[in-house]
Amino acid sequence: MKTILAALLFGLLPLAAFAQDEGVPLQHANINLSNTASLQRGAKFFVNYCMGCHSARYVRYNRVGKDLGLTDVQLESYLMPGGGKVSDTMVSAMPQADAKKWFGIPPPDLSLEADSRGTDWIYTYLKSFYLDPKSATGVNNVVFPHTAMPDVLWELQGTQKAIFTTVRNPDGSMYEVFNRFEPVTPGKLTPEQFDKADRDITNFLAYVSDPIALKSRDLGLRVIGFLIIFFVFAYLLKREIWKKIH
Amino acid sequence: MSQDAKKRDYLDVTGGWLHKLRGWIDARFPMSKLWNEQVAQYYAPKNFNFWYFFGSIALLILVNQIVTGIFLTMNYQPSATRAFASVQYIMRDVNWGWLIRYMHSVGASLFFVVVYLHMLRGVIYGSYKKPRELLWIFGMLIYVALMGEAFMGYLLPWGQMSYWGAQVITSLFGAVPGIGNGLEQWIRGDYAVSGITLNRFFALHVVALPLVLVGLVLFHLIALHEVGSNNPDGVEIKKHKGSDGIPLDGIPFHPYYTIKDIVGVTVFLAIFAAIIFFSPGLHGLFLEPANFEPANPLKTPVDIRPLWYFGPFYAILRSIPNKLLGISSMGLAIVILFLLPWIDRNPVKSIRYRGPLYRALVFVFAITFIILGYIGLQPATPFWAQIGQRMEELYFLFFVVSWIYTRPRSWVFLALAFLAVMAVITAFDWLGWDTAIAHLKIYSWLIPGIYSVIFLLLPAFFSKLVEPLPVPERVTWK
Repeated sequence: MKTILAALLFGLLPLAAFAQDEGVPLQHANINLSNTASLQRGAKFFVNYCMGCHSARYVRYNRVGKDLGLTDVQLESYLMPGGGKVSDTMVSAMPQADAKKWFGIPPPDLSLEADSRGTDWIYTYLKSFYLDPKSATGVNNVVFPHTAMPDVLWELQGTQKAIFTTVRNPDGSMYEVFNRFEPVTPGKLTPEQFDKADRDITNFLAYVSDPIALKSRDLGLRVIGFLIIFFVFAYLLKREIWKKIH
Repeated sequence: MSQDAKKRDYLDVTGGWLHKLRGWIDARFPMSKLWNEQVAQYYAPKNFNFWYFFGSIALLILVNQIVTGIFLTMNYQPSATRAFASVQYIMRDVNWGWLIRYMHSVGASLFFVVVYLHMLRGVIYGSYKKPRELLWIFGMLIYVALMGEAFMGYLLPWGQMSYWGAQVITSLFGAVPGIGNGLEQWIRGDYAVSGITLNRFFALHVVALPLVLVGLVLFHLIALHEVGSNNPDGVEIKKHKGSDGIPLDGIPFHPYYTIKDIVGVTVFLAIFAAIIFFSPGLHGLFLEPANFEPANPLKTPVDIRPLWYFGPFYAILRSIPNKLLGISSMGLAIVILFLLPWIDRNPVKSIRYRGPLYRALVFVFAITFIILGYIGLQPATPFWAQIGQRMEELYFLFFVVSWIYTRPRSWVFLALAFLAVMAVITAFDWLGWDTAIAHLKIYSWLIPGIYSVIFLLLPAFFSKLVEPLPVPERVTWK
């Protein structure tokens, strides 16, 4: 019977391992939710660079403040340049109807982006814009081809072009495969600094998608700790009661 | 008697009023009688093993789902415009809402884990056999109601996968000949899944099906307590009673199994907590990434797939290109489980005494089910559809072989059965021939081929492999 159980458990494992394997390989975001400084920087980047168009409509400023150790005054000066109440949710000032007119589709809400796309996707996407004169925004993206989003971080990252290699299909037709990026103009940040900024933004988006994850692990350890102690006593009591059975 | 006397003493210490209260209630409601008949003097076999934890754990999860469900209902809003946001409101703004919601969503998945293990236990020890056929039927009805409950509950968060999953599953009813279209619309209440569907699924999920489930569980327990529990040896403890009328191998459920179940429940709760607090989505298995995007009727996701617990049946559905045939085989895969007590009529209940081949048969059946579940979550490629078809064949062959193993068969019978099975499978391959995957079809033919050689041809030559072992008179213990 143990073998059946082992097989059941073992059999479930590959289910957890399925992954999206389309397009370019995603880089590991390597975020750390317990790095509060990174989350704070990410929040500031998010407000400065993303919130022009995107909202995080389920996220309240004061919840972010509470979780990231910022006072209401700090929130107002760092994260709320446009004013408003700290109990407001993080909604972009851009009207949805205008956004739709300008970009073709309204920019999606980012509250749950890290849960729906994954953090590796966000991290790789943000650094994978390249110059493409054919595109309306002047840029394209290898992770999300023909994305409507302009490269808002170009000022930090600089611009880059993508080098594609042409590959022949078995049937003779040709197709292009992304090979590498080559820098065109430098940005305000070095590549290392930019990766860090990208990671901070990703970290912040991961936090807002499931804010309780910051605390639930601590609580979980305590709950499981209690259950382990409880188990010892329950087991001893069981053994004591079952002594009489022969 | 001495135990009763002790209890009475305890009640008397408190000034006797508790004792009096019990007497007062007992004169008006059979409280002590019920307690004794169903718990304190309900005799269960003393040799329950690991597999016998899952019944009580399933009951615990049912309570968990109902209690957390009530609290979720207090803040959830069943409307197409508000459902998604109200779930986020629960997750972020309601005090402890995140915990209640994760307990409910993780609890739903673990409910199925536990129910599948509970059902497998029934198969392993022949718990569906006489006189427990109705007990098994009630259990199967619970399982079917649970599938309906889970399916409707999954629409409520109103995410992309909620919406498109419901769209696909409700469209299955459209394949019913004649009344299909009308039936599909009647279920949805609309031409496509919409806010109207959401409202009715909400009503069914929080009122109708929970009532059905609780009622069925009650019937399941009444039937269980009428016939008594089976056990890992598959012997009836009621055959050997002491002079006091109590089965010699029986022990009172309370305190022996109450305390034992508390130990099992504690381990279960630790696993439950580990998932809730550390990985509530379990890498997309318990909460699908696509469901973190609000439902959008204009944007079909690339892969529509159900949550993992429907995987095996979804794989069966998809592995057959013809929609009606696919739905019928999916239905048959569930219906045939109801019939198990009349398919496997071998008098030996427990796998312990059924010989090595039956042991292997059940083992392969469990693995087949898991592989089907895995395939159900894969993209619908021709490769997975073909492997799914083979696994489906093994799924149904389990019941064929179980029926054949009911009694000793001559080698002629087994050889003919082997030929018949292979002829049917080859005929299906011929009917569904597809040159594009010809190699795959031919090679994968070996899967049911080898299976049938092992389970049908092998016993024709080595009848010892299916001969039952001597079954002990009394339960074996320690």
